[in-house]
Amino acid sequence: MATFHFELVSPEKLIFSGEVTQVDVPGEEGDFGVLAGHAPFVATLRPGVLTVYGEQSPKLIVVRGGFAEVGPNGLTVLAQEVVPVDELQPDVIRQAIQDAEEDLTDAADDRAKDRASERLAQLQTLKDALGH
Amino acid sequence: MPSLKDLRNRIASTKATQKITKAMQMVAASKLRRAQAAAEAARPYSERMQRTLGSIAASVQNNPEAPRLLAGTGRDQVHLLVVCTGERGLCGPFNSAIVRLAREHANRLLAEGKQIKILCVGRKGFDQLKRTFEDEIIDVIDLRAVRQIRFDTAQEIGRRITALYDQGAFDVCTLFYSRFRSVIAQIPTAQQLIPAVFEGAPADGPTPVYEYEPDEEQILAELLPLNISVQILKALLENAASFYGAQMTAMDNATRNAGEMIKKQTLKYNRTRQAMITKELIEIISGAEAL
Repeated sequence: MATFHFELVSPEKLIFSGEVTQVDVPGEEGDFGVLAGHAPFVATLRPGVLTVYGEQSPKLIVVRGGFAEVGPNGLTVLAQEVVPVDELQPDVIRQAIQDAEEDLTDAADDRAKDRASERLAQLQTLKDALGH
Repeated sequence: MPSLKDLRNRIASTKATQKITKAMQMVAASKLRRAQAAAEAARPYSERMQRTLGSIAASVQNNPEAPRLLAGTGRDQVHLLVVCTGERGLCGPFNSAIVRLAREHANRLLAEGKQIKILCVGRKGFDQLKRTFEDEIIDVIDLRAVRQIRFDTAQEIGRRITALYDQGAFDVCTLFYSRFRSVIAQIPTAQQLIPAVFEGAPADGPTPVYEYEPDEEQILAELLPLNISVQILKALLENAASFYGAQMTAMDNATRNAGEMIKKQTLKYNRTRQAMITKELIEIISGAEAL
């Protein structure tokens, strides 16, 4: 199967860089899968699970905030927070949900409120999906 | 003329100072390694961020509804200078070099009749700037309690800046920090944060046509504030590495100077000792002759 270059970067370091066959990315407006030869594409991320298919068994990584860019050189995911699923502490998500709830109560106008509640829903879905 | 005991004490105190500077140099060297790794690890993120934002920004360049963080307020009157320095001294010209660059920038703006506001990140910069720009400094962010610079640290500062911008407190924001090139070379740098500038963005070859999801404006609205935090994080990490680099060099020099001083003082001590012995001998001999 054709491979392409995939890079996963967090503000603190370059987490993954290598050839992969497929990556499923949780986009703001829905998940999308990237294969070799994907058209140039930029999407923001929602908190969710990113799946990397390479030579080994698929790797599951929780990402939060940031964006994905598919360019001529492959896929680059810039995420604010990156944690492999098996290293994730349940507290982290709980804390994030708590923050989102606070944002929702603090939201000044309707637009901010919409955004905050959307964030909260996304985090809840993530929490359920991981079964914490 | 100082007595032998005075000279001995002086040598001992110089030796103690040398031990301290030597220890500081070694501590700086070991911290430098970690800070340098952190600064280098953070580079890919900020570079890619700039590149991607640059290509998105180019596509909305002429759109009148482009986000204000990108297009600016349309004015150029009030400037915010964010001056990132270290929290500690004993690091050679590290802090003063950043402050000097910021001060030159501020004076130039003032000469042009612009208004300036200064946000100090790090206590040392504040100490040096408060003499000349006390009224212009709006706040000091103290990072002494922060042991390891993480994204949250930068995000907090970034949020403050964007909040100020949304209130209309300034039109242009410039970030001052020291870029880490090597242990002996740290380059004080000024980087414009708002309105965002993207260097070396799309120029070479045909840029591919990107599809956006959600649309460009929404992506920009989300990413521009994030980019500010990322640039601040980069600045703080580069600063930390530069700081330890500068401190290491400064302490290396101090150790060497102390060594030289000890050599000179020991020479003086030995000469004085010999002179005293000679004097005592003369006294004894002439006393014996007189009998």
